[in-house]
Amino acid sequence: MSPTQPNAFEVLCQTRTRPVVTAEFPSFDGGTLDDIRAAAEKLAPWVDAINVTDNPAAHAHASNTAMAIALTQLGFNPILQVVCRDKNRLAIQSDIVGVSMFGVQNICALTGDDVTAGDEPEARRVYDLDGPQLIKVASIMGTGMYLSGRKMKSVPHLFVGAVENPTAPPLEYRAERALKKVEAGARFLQLQIHYRPEQLEAFIAACVANGVAERAAILPTVCLTKAARALSFMNDSVPGISVPAATIERVTTSADPKEESYQLVRELAEHALSLPGVAGLHITDFRHDDSVRRLTEDLAIGPRFEEQHAHSA
Amino acid sequence: MGGLLPLIEHGIKKPVWDCRMCGQCVLHSTGMTCPMTCPKTLRNGPCGGVREDGHCEVVPEMRCIWVKAHDRSQHMPFLPRSWREEFDHLRPPVNNALQGQSSWLNLMNGRDRVTPPGWAAAEEHA
Repeated sequence: MSPTQPNAFEVLCQTRTRPVVTAEFPSFDGGTLDDIRAAAEKLAPWVDAINVTDNPAAHAHASNTAMAIALTQLGFNPILQVVCRDKNRLAIQSDIVGVSMFGVQNICALTGDDVTAGDEPEARRVYDLDGPQLIKVASIMGTGMYLSGRKMKSVPHLFVGAVENPTAPPLEYRAERALKKVEAGARFLQLQIHYRPEQLEAFIAACVANGVAERAAILPTVCLTKAARALSFMNDSVPGISVPAATIERVTTSADPKEESYQLVRELAEHALSLPGVAGLHITDFRHDDSVRRLTEDLAIGPRFEEQHAHSA
Repeated sequence: MGGLLPLIEHGIKKPVWDCRMCGQCVLHSTGMTCPMTCPKTLRNGPCGGVREDGHCEVVPEMRCIWVKAHDRSQHMPFLPRSWREEFDHLRPPVNNALQGQSSWLNLMNGRDRVTPPGWAAAEEHA
């Protein structure tokens, strides 16, 4: 990937010639470059970019920067997630300029789950920057200077985005918060996993009304799971995700909970993609089978469907 | 004065707003709700972890500071309109060098509005 030219994900977010598809890369706790390649090869044919997470749910894993560099060097297109929880503004800026030298361009800024969500709740939380401030700092770096105003040797090409949660209170404020992020420099918004289509619908409509949907590529997120237990876990333990009891019940009482879990996600994804103002889909996968492929094929989205869309356009 | 003023300010603002003496007060723009009492010290709105009941991800028994701030900035009586509008402003990163100082003094001498040159350059550019 050329470090100075826009990458395919950025181009697609801006041209929107077909739905953009991104997916979350699994966390690593050791292994080799071959393991990273194998995991990436399972995802890459079906998606436009791969998110590398930054100590998700406040659990330590192989670093976001190491994974992003590895993916880039192996020929894949990563989105570097950066959270505010673990590092101060100096460390975050050095991470961003460092990965940019390896050709990493896509940065997704998040506040980050609190340390209390993880397995080391006694850790010091940092939050020297907050999410919107981090978006702005990354955007400033894209002009070739640090927050201090000090110039870099070269101008890194950065494509900055963020996350917003359409289903967390205060619901009526979330689209305004998305606008704040767009004004700070976010050009794509990967939404938090949701199980509430009606809340997503209201959020997207508000984002169309306030201009967010035009200025940033909005990608709602669906989460591929295997059983009702995963839904209950998310509802009880993952900050900011609530799963309606009826949804959990639907999977629990089904004759084939694994298939029902898939169908649930497919319906959520179809609904999300049907909303005017939605630019694509972000997929998280806890099934670890071929469901990412199946979902993108069932929905006819992703790089494999470039031509069909080009013909129909 | 430099030593006395922070004491007086803290004496007043601690009991009323649980003031943390960041030295760069933004209470007026956050519905008179101190963002430094958010466990993540977020100054630009609620994180994505707010619980369905509007309570804090970190402290489940506490109502989210920003849910409260948003509510108050819209409904608190006698709040000037310009203060309500400031709710949506992007507040710059905290200047940690001002911790413990009087924000009243920093308001008067303008130190609470000084941002890092990179931030200021981006503001001019925008």
